Amino acid sequence: MFDMTRTIIANFFSKAHTRLYPLQTREPFPNVRGNLFNNIEECILCGMCQKRCPSQCITVDKESQTWQVDPYACVYCGVCVEHCPVHCLFMESPYRKPAAEKVMNRLVQVQGPAKKTKGAAQ
Amino acid sequence: MALETKNIAKTQLQAEVASLKAVGYRFVTLSCVDLGDSFDLIYHFDRELQMTHLRITVLKGDTVPSISNIYFAALCIENEIKDFFGISFDGLILDFGGHFYLEEEVKRYPFCKVSVKEPQAAKEGN
Amino acid sequence: MSTIIPFGPQHPVLPEPLHLKITLKDEIVTDAIPMLGYVHRGLETLVSIKDLDQMVQVVERVCGICSCIHAHTYCMCVEGILGIEIPKRAEFLRIIWSELHRMHSHLLWLGLLADAFGMESLFMHCWRIRERVMDVMEATAGNRVIISINKVGGVRRDLSPDQLRWIAQVLDELERELDAIKPVLTNDYTVKKRTVGVGVLTKEQAYELGAVGPTLRGSGVAQDVRMTGYGAYKFIDFEPVVEKDGDSYARTMVRFRELYQAIDIVRQLIRKLPDGELSVKVKAAKPEGEIVCRSEQPRGELLYYVKGNGSKFLERVRIRTPTFANVPPLLAMLPGIEMADVPVVALSIDPCISCTER
Ligand code: SF4
Ligand code: SF4
Repeated sequence: MFDMTRTIIANFFSKAHTRLYPLQTREPFPNVRGNLFNNIEECILCGMCQKRCPSQCITVDKESQTWQVDPYACVYCGVCVEHCPVHCLFMESPYRKPAAEKVMNRLVQVQGPAKKTKGAAQ
Repeated sequence: MALETKNIAKTQLQAEVASLKAVGYRFVTLSCVDLGDSFDLIYHFDRELQMTHLRITVLKGDTVPSISNIYFAALCIENEIKDFFGISFDGLILDFGGHFYLEEEVKRYPFCKVSVKEPQAAKEGN
Repeated sequence: MSTIIPFGPQHPVLPEPLHLKITLKDEIVTDAIPMLGYVHRGLETLVSIKDLDQMVQVVERVCGICSCIHAHTYCMCVEGILGIEIPKRAEFLRIIWSELHRMHSHLLWLGLLADAFGMESLFMHCWRIRERVMDVMEATAGNRVIISINKVGGVRRDLSPDQLRWIAQVLDELERELDAIKPVLTNDYTVKKRTVGVGVLTKEQAYELGAVGPTLRGSGVAQDVRMTGYGAYKFIDFEPVVEKDGDSYARTMVRFRELYQAIDIVRQLIRKLPDGELSVKVKAAKPEGEIVCRSEQPRGELLYYVKGNGSKFLERVRIRTPTFANVPPLLAMLPGIEMADVPVVALSIDPCISCTER
């Protein structure tokens, strides 16, 4: 009859199991697929990530030297990171913050990788 | 590992399924594959974790005898296939008339490469 | 006089749009007809535009709760057609994550059931325990639910010895916390009053109507696809959990005892985990042929039929999810019970509608 009561009383005297988010946040675990970034200056704009992505959220444009990801369509699976030939894509563990507006993560390459890297990768 | 199926004709289906039920098989499901101008229907049965498969091939526009009178559980899947592929089953005990999942206004069978026209006779349902 | 009332698609106890047309005579249900189609997404058709590897991420999204097992079964199918043997360590790791999925799914369901009969504190408590499993998943696989660790040819992440130790530690805590809620689930008046003898499915009915998983085992049939020994289950000792009564209480107990079983299986796996590679290279795979693979999900038997046509796009992926098989048994449970019991009985099969409709 009073099986739950014991647990409830114990809960009264123990520390809260919840956090006062956003005042108090938990440290993200390492290696969590939280957010996707591209180290754009090393990117060779080969388009492999675009081809491999299951949710078609990456757009690589060689002409204008841009790399763009739609963070709201990305499912954070990490497939693109695994397939990038020069390993310029990487994931970081802090999750994306909520936003009031959808903003694409659009990166423009200014200089591009040094010729040597380019030759080695191709 | 290829899939071993027993190919039977449409007319044998009822008798074959009834004999499987008599020896204690459980109906697992029915899979449908579009082959272009015909469909493959694969019936999966299970007894003590051993599977048996029956395969029938039907032309587009043909009807298939329903096995929902033998296994009630076949009702959902037969309705689903009717929705997706437009195959009509004769003697379905609860017929949703092709609107098990899909809304009235859907005119195409979504899983078909070439959409088939629903035969008039199958329209009535019950 | 009989009345027809709709149960769902929006209902306080249902997280998903299950719609039953229920015929009532006074307070007693006489007939129920399922109306589906609210969350049909047509995921099976995506095979024609997503290639072999991308489909892994697609099938994971068939069900949000047991995603890992979907991907596992799909990979088993593709590997089966291609004749690839994956490393032993990968098989073990796949099962570890699958069993973690089973735990969190059952805990989620226990919470929902408690919520359905109005026991808010138990609901919160189950979900608090579940959060531990979610933490394990997040820290080891990188995502909380759809963990994306399977790929054709193996797994994508490894578990370090530290992580394995940590998992074992969490499992111990989990067991202690489950022990704390065990008397509540097994003895409590509130729980028993709402579940014992309600929604009875006899052994014969369950088998004939094609029930699977805890619904079938709750009716006394000892059938569990894990007994076929797919993946690493062949190296593990376990007995399927069976209860005889076939009512909602029996189904609850099956799931609750499966939690302990899952803990035990993960412990065995950690103990026996072999060293080795994580995956084999699958280069430009073009599978041709058909295959049927089955696996045991938290909700029951899952069947994949995969047909390849010799290109990198598969011809057909057909998914028979457990809830789909459990709908006819649900229809058999409902007649004869009171309207007020319908939510609990409907929940007792653990319906996953987005699975059912894909
Ligand atoms: S795969 Fe890597 S190098 Fe190629 S376009 Fe994508 S980010 Fe750039
Ligand atoms: S993480 Fe996955 S979904 Fe996101 S961009 Fe990379 S491949 Fe696409």
